[in-house]
Amino acid sequence: MRQALFTVAENERIADGIYQMTLAGDTSAFSAPGQFVNVKLDGFYLRRPISVCDYDGNTLTLIYKVVGGGTGAMSKLARGASLDLLTGLGNGFDLSKSGDTPLIVGGGVGVPPLYRLCRDLSAQGKKPTVILGFNSEKDLFFLDEFKRIAHGVRVATADGSFGEKGFVTDVMRTVSDYSYFYACGPIPMLKAVCRTAETDGQVSLEERMGCGFGACMGCAVETAEGAKRVCKDGPVFTKEALKWQI
Amino acid sequence: MADMTVNLCGLRLDNPVIPASGTFGYGAEFAELYDINILGTFSFKGTTKQARFGNPTPRIAECSAGMLNSVGLQNPGIDEVCGKILPAMKKYFEKPVMANIGGFSIEEYVYCCEKISQAENVGLVELNISCPNVHGGGMSFGTSPESAARVTEAVRKVCKKPLIVKLSPNVTDIAAIAKACEDAGADGISLINTLLGMRIDIKKRRPVLANKKGGFSGDAVFPAALRMVYEVYEAVKIPVVGMGGVSGVDGVIEMMMAGAAAVEIGSANLVDPFICKKIIEALPGRMEELGIARLADIVGAAH
Repeated sequence: MRQALFTVAENERIADGIYQMTLAGDTSAFSAPGQFVNVKLDGFYLRRPISVCDYDGNTLTLIYKVVGGGTGAMSKLARGASLDLLTGLGNGFDLSKSGDTPLIVGGGVGVPPLYRLCRDLSAQGKKPTVILGFNSEKDLFFLDEFKRIAHGVRVATADGSFGEKGFVTDVMRTVSDYSYFYACGPIPMLKAVCRTAETDGQVSLEERMGCGFGACMGCAVETAEGAKRVCKDGPVFTKEALKWQI
Repeated sequence: MADMTVNLCGLRLDNPVIPASGTFGYGAEFAELYDINILGTFSFKGTTKQARFGNPTPRIAECSAGMLNSVGLQNPGIDEVCGKILPAMKKYFEKPVMANIGGFSIEEYVYCCEKISQAENVGLVELNISCPNVHGGGMSFGTSPESAARVTEAVRKVCKKPLIVKLSPNVTDIAAIAKACEDAGADGISLINTLLGMRIDIKKRRPVLANKKGGFSGDAVFPAALRMVYEVYEAVKIPVVGMGGVSGVDGVIEMMMAGAAAVEIGSANLVDPFICKKIIEALPGRMEELGIARLADIVGAAH
């Protein structure tokens, strides 16, 4: 973990209530896709944990949904604004388990951290297939970006306004030859994905956090190895470790 | 040269800054960020006899200038703390640490305090009779002078280190409870634990916290905490550890002027993990500006 000041380079709306923010600053604390940052916003006591979509030597890309006052204020930050971030938080995804043809499943605002995961898997010569789920076409984002880095991309929308009508799990059932899976999205979706999956896999959880770095025990999840902190021991857990797999 | 040392129940601390229980884990996460040996000491996450998961999530909420938690004493239990965590702590914290103990019965408090107070690197025991997030224990002991005295007396008999009793602000007369603890043998008093509060999600029409109510802390509670420290200082002769909404060097000094011999920093650690380091580094300069040569001299100066 590091605490660092970042400068907003871009902050624009890319779908209904969804914003993409690019920041310049020290990204040296990141070591794996699926890690997150904790963002200090003026006028709000607690920081806001936001998953990292992508990063390089000195830029960071966050995609976030406006869900309340804090993320609302974040969406209004202009280019040049300064942001205090805790960086390199959480464990991130373990790529070593992926096999050659991993399946990546994302739902809504759970999609962003899977982008860097997909990019890294492809860079290793793996052939990731991506399933993205959204409620409706107006919520869809990053499809073209995933198409550039994935072996294949399929989209499910709950209302059928784009791609295949239904849930990500409906699409999952038509994909047979995947070696492993990675998923991020709402808890009900993750549970359904774990039930549907034919292989082992990893899921990234979301929880209300106090500190984001393991000090307060605010975010906790029961696992096969006892209580774990989503922020520090996670947010990525294996399907086998989570008690709600069945 | 500014003298920041304070004496807490016979233990000499390099400075009065103590991260509060529940906001600092076992110190390891902070030790990755800075050398935590600069702290006066720290109070680690409350320990109970059995391992506890705590309450269901969500157990964190926010409010203006503060937060609420309903963690509910998540901890791995006394055997794991004494057997593994405390020995491992010696690698990154060389000073005597403050062990915070929670419980659900006098027998449990006695068992845990006796055991943990024998640990070599425990210098002080903080008896938490004020956790608002557990039923059938915790705060119920801290809400009447009689029950607070009963548990203090029983623990004092077996506790091998100075015993500091941590009080709840959710009472009508905190000074009377402090006095009862002093009379029962407490070596010090710490206050305040969190104020009982709640938030409601107006879209869902339901409490934000799964446990409905939780402990309210952060900058917003500072005036209430300061008032209670002031009152308790007048009621007892034993040292008082002040806490509640302290997030800067001036808050530390204010708490000490109200009567605190040392000051715990809580929620602020969650927002700024470097806050205790910043306060310790800012103290000498602020003391000089205020004409304070020896920090211990200002304890109770506002009375």
